[in-house]
Formats: sequence, C-alpha cells, structure tokens
Amino acid sequence: MIPFLALIRKDLKLFLRDRRAVVVGLLVPIVCGSFFGYLFGGHKGIVETSKVPVLVMDQDESEISRALVSELAAEKNLAVQQSTLEAARDAVRKGKATAAIIIPKGFGAEAGRALFRRTTKPEIGLLYDPSHNVEFSMVKGILTGAVMQSVSREMFRGRSGLEMVNQSLVQLENADLPPDDKTALLHLLTGVKEWNERQGNSTTLGGGLSTPYETRDEAITSGKNVEYNGYAHSFAGMGVQFILFMGLDVGITLLMLRQSGLWQRLRAAPLSRATLLGSRAISAALIAGFILFVLFAFARLVFGVHIQGSFAGFLGICAAFCLMTAAFGLMVAALGETVEATRGYSILATLVMVMLGGAWVPTFVFPEWLQKLTVIIPTRWAIDGFDGMTWRGLGFSSALAPIAVLLLFTLLFGTLAVMRFRWRTDE
Amino acid sequence: MLEVKGLTKRYGKLLAVEDVSFRADHGETVGLLGPNGAGKTTTVSIIAGLLSPDAGEVLIEGQRVESDTDPVKLRIGLVPQDMALYDQLSARDNLTFFGALYSIAGAPARKIITEVLDLVGLSDRADDKVQTFSGGMKRRLNLAAALLHDPQILLLDEPTVGVDPQSRNAIFENLETLKRTGKTLLYTTHYMEEAERLCDRIIIVDHGKVIADDTLSGLHKLLPVTNVLAIGLDCADGFNPDKILALPEVKFVQLEKTTLRVAVHDLSRGAPGILRWLNENGHPYNRVASEQPDLETVFLTLTGRSLRDS
Repeated sequence: MIPFLALIRKDLKLFLRDRRAVVVGLLVPIVCGSFFGYLFGGHKGIVETSKVPVLVMDQDESEISRALVSELAAEKNLAVQQSTLEAARDAVRKGKATAAIIIPKGFGAEAGRALFRRTTKPEIGLLYDPSHNVEFSMVKGILTGAVMQSVSREMFRGRSGLEMVNQSLVQLENADLPPDDKTALLHLLTGVKEWNERQGNSTTLGGGLSTPYETRDEAITSGKNVEYNGYAHSFAGMGVQFILFMGLDVGITLLMLRQSGLWQRLRAAPLSRATLLGSRAISAALIAGFILFVLFAFARLVFGVHIQGSFAGFLGICAAFCLMTAAFGLMVAALGETVEATRGYSILATLVMVMLGGAWVPTFVFPEWLQKLTVIIPTRWAIDGFDGMTWRGLGFSSALAPIAVLLLFTLLFGTLAVMRFRWRTDE
Repeated sequence: MLEVKGLTKRYGKLLAVEDVSFRADHGETVGLLGPNGAGKTTTVSIIAGLLSPDAGEVLIEGQRVESDTDPVKLRIGLVPQDMALYDQLSARDNLTFFGALYSIAGAPARKIITEVLDLVGLSDRADDKVQTFSGGMKRRLNLAAALLHDPQILLLDEPTVGVDPQSRNAIFENLETLKRTGKTLLYTTHYMEEAERLCDRIIIVDHGKVIADDTLSGLHKLLPVTNVLAIGLDCADGFNPDKILALPEVKFVQLEKTTLRVAVHDLSRGAPGILRWLNENGHPYNRVASEQPDLETVFLTLTGRSLRDS
C-alpha cells in the first residue's frame, strides 16, 4: 500500500506544484462557464439580448403605412431604421440587417379594402438574411401583428377608413343584390361610419385589432419560486470539457513517461501493473474531483448555482465522471503510438464528445436523429446528470442512470487501457 | 551474484543482442564497454526486467525474476541513462518517493535518505528543487535514488553522460565507495578511461556480441602489439593511412586529425621503416612518440574500428 499511496501523493504534489497550470486550469473553465452561462440565460433566466436590426422602406407614405412603421419602431425586440431599397439590399447581404420590410405604394388603401372585401391583397416585400432564420420568423410574426393593428385602427377610426366606408355605401346603392342582403350591408356600413365618426372622443378599439389573448408564463424548474440558472448548465458543460482535457493530458503524460528514465525506474521497482496504472487513475480522478469542486463552488458563490436536487446524486455523478475521465486518460496512453499523433486524434475525440454531449449548446437544439445518437456519448450523460441534480432539482433515482452509464464507460475504457497498455519498452 | 546466460534480443530485423553471457560476482565491478548501439543498454534493460529477451535468462543470486513484484527485484538497483527524476520536486521529495516504491517510509526512510544524500554530496541541497541543479548534481541524485533500498547489484547505464570532469570524478568516488562496501556493479560506458579506472573486469561488446571478457591486464594480453607509435603529421590532407598497413610489423593504423597512430609488434624494427616511408612519400612530421596500448587499442585490434567513431 505504501507504493500505491506514494504514487498518488506524488501525482497530486506535481499537479499542485505547478501553480500556474493549476490557476490556468481552473480559470479557463470558470471564464468559459461564466460567458456561456450569461449567453444562455444567466442568473434567474434574465439575459440582455441584442435587438434584431430591421430596415423599413415606406413607399406608400399613407396614414396606415406610417402607423405601421411606428408600430414596428415601438417593438422592443426590433431596432428599426428607415432605408432605401438599394441600401437595404446591401445591408442585408453584408449581414448588417437581419431583414428589410418594403411597404409598397398603395398599401394603405389596398390593405383597408382587403380587410372587408374579397380583393387582391397588397404585397409587403421582405428581404432577409438566410443565416438568421429564427430571427426572421420572429420579425414576420411581429409584422403580422403590427399590420393588423394599424390597418384595423385606421378602418375603424381614421379618415381613410371613413372615405372607404362612404365609397362602399355609394357602390352598395347601385349593387345588384337581393333586397335583404342589401339592407343588412347598409346597416353594417352605416354602423361602421357612425362608429368611425364617434371615435374622436373614444378609446374603444382605439388601438385597432389586437391578439385576443394573453399568456401566463411559468418556467418549470426544481420547485415553486426557484428560478432557472443558466450558469448551472454552462459550468457543468465547461467542467466536463476541461476535465476531459485534463484526462487527455494524463494520457499524454503517461505516454511521454514511457519514453523516459522515470518509467525505467518505476518498472525496475517491484510494483504490479495494477499499482502503476491504478494509482494514476486514482490521482487523475482526485484531480478531476478537485476541479469540479472549485468550479461548482465558484458557480455557487458568484452565480448562485445550487444543487436543487439530490446532493448524493450529484456526488455520485461527480465521482463516476471523474473515474470515467481517468479511465479515458489511461486508454489514450494505451492506444497512443507517438505523442504527437496521439495528441491530435485524442483532442479530436474529446472535442467530439464535448460537442455532442451538450457542453457547448444544450442537446435539444440538435436535430432529432442526433439527439438520439448522442446517448452513446458519455459526456451527454454527465451533463444531463449535472443538469438534473442542479437546476432541474431531480431526486437520487434520476442520478442512477447517468452514474451507471458513466461507470460502464469507465469499465470499458479501463479494460481497453489494461489490455492494450504496453508495459515493456519494446512492446 | 549476477549471471547472464545466452541473452538474445531482436528488434524486428535488427539483432540488438546476440548470445550474450557473463557473470559478475559479489563485490566485483564489471564494465560493459562498447560503442553506441553495441547493445549495452538493451542488455542492462533485460537484466532490470524492462525488456524480455527472445532467448537466454538472467539469474540474480541464482533466481530468475518471475513477475513484476518478484522480491528478487529488491536486489537490483538501476541507474538509467536518461535522468529519472522529477524536476519540480526537491531532492529529498524525489528520494522519499523512490524509497516508497520499495516500501521504505517514515523514520527509516529519513535515515536512509540522509545517508545517501551524504554519500553523493548533496546534503546541503536536499530541499532544493531538482530543476535548480546542475547536470552533474542531477547525475549524482540519479545514482542516490538507486541506492535507497540497499541493492546488492547496481546497474549503471552510462551514469556520467553529459557531466563535467569534476562531477564525473565525484561520481567515480561514490562508486568506489560503493565498491568497497561489497556491492556488485555493472557499469556500461563507451569511455575507455572510465572502464580502465573503475572496472575489475571488462566485457567488450560490439554489434550485440561479446567480443572480449577479461581483466584489464588480460585484455592487454590479447593484443598482438606491444607498442603504438604516435606521429604528428604537418598536414593530413589527402593522406591515406591504409598504405602504411602494407609495411612490415604494422598491425593497424588510425588517423585522428593530424595524429597518426600505428601499432607495431616490434618498435625498433617497425619505426624506422614507417618514418622512412613518410619521408619518401612527402608526408613531413613534427613529432614522434611511443605509447602503451590502451582499451581503445584493444577495441581497434578486435574490431578494426575506433571505439568512439563506431
């Protein structure tokens, strides 16, 4: 037992002696975790998002089109600027504007008529940046609401609305309609006309037509009054990423050790293979645990990330992930040929695991087939497990599956490492 | 006692060690002398259990090393050619760690560490980080790390590579002290002066084979020559030493810069002919001296090549 403990103690001592590496090793995931956490919702889900830049060309300059531009400009999610067609096209092409709205000449009159009659609808031109599909959909939704509101308001209370009703009454007198229909339409249009004339002193329908409902939003988190904390996910993701890199470093170091006099001295001592590899695995797992502890302690103190679910489950996932990382490192050392080549392919493997595991962006943004595929990636289980135990507030039973899967990967990587590790320098 | 029987080791098509056999008794210092690539390190690595031989066996006190944890390994101390130290740790921390690999801990470890640091003359630097040490100090600490478990057999793989003469001398003194305590030393080197100074017996290896195994005086007896004539040429440009080989009494010729070394059976009969030939063929000289043959000469005689140029 003395050699085993001495090997672990030596690894920990070497890790802690390199203070600059320790600081950088902790600082980088903290900075990245803080940044991604801020981007993906921040503390209590509050995040200051940037406005979508939209250009507007009002070629109509009617009461309705001016009202429409005002509606759009008042929208808090849009940054609206007037432009010309040529400048708008150029701005969208260069990515300086997400969309451009072209209100054509005659839009006000045609839109008003289209509200009451079967007639040709006016076309609003939309130029958009295809790399901003999500924002473009939002712009279209906002535009629909703004058009309905501005057109209906003008029809029920504006001057052009009154003119249109008067024209319709004249046309009705000459229309070849059944008497009953004619009487009914006459009553309707007269009523609208009277209504329009009375709107000067009234606020009813003053804003035009609007959506006939409101929503009551409730974020489902670990419990009532517990708000979502985006830092919980980002610190889990960045923790997983940088700990995997640490595991990778363990493997590379072991590979380099095999080429040094130190390895000869270790192999000359009466030490079993289990002692040599096992001690390295345990020390790597302890270092991984230390990094996770510092990251989540920082996230708790600075960003209020709490373990809302099972603390035992959280510890279990931490332990299983740390062991998996250690086994991953040993596997890298076992499968590696040269240091340079091993570094290249293992960085690639790590980045793929991190990316597909949801460390950078949550897995729900992946296509469905990819979401299904990523269940074979151990990091996915680790990150989902951490999410479950932190902001989702799930119980210990929800930690069992991630723990089991991570331990299975530990076993798989560890077995491969032991089987393929080249003990003798000539192997 | 260390006994090596018929060791053979291949790396693919390369035969690194071929049927190497020798023994080293208690208190004996045996030198494994040969040029780079002769198979010295491979032989030492097999003895230390780092490599497995394709044929042959190694016996330590009559026992084979059967497993990684075989207690027989406690009788061997290895000083690798590459520095085997943790630069970020102090000398004491390094020794504490290497001692623990042999289950030496606590007060006994502290006592032993003090003793070995004293032996290699590093007591005053015990708590300094190894990265602040000179090359020679690192070499001495490298030696100390192999002594912690008091091995009977010490395998020293070129332990003076890259050190200054002062540190080399200090290492020699350490090894002479160890020799006096009755330890068996197997010392690999390609420096003949080291082998001559330290070793009771010298095994010359070349291309993986043992080509001679004897005491220094025994090796000298192998020489068919008794003298070497060293001649300082004014200019060695275009000089072809092979032509000298055709002269009577000449056994071998070596040209190093402007110094021509010619081994002859009989100096009084051979020297006049050589000097006359140089004069007649337009190779003026400025110095003539007679030298006793050394291990370099032995190696040259046995292999036809210089030890350091091989």
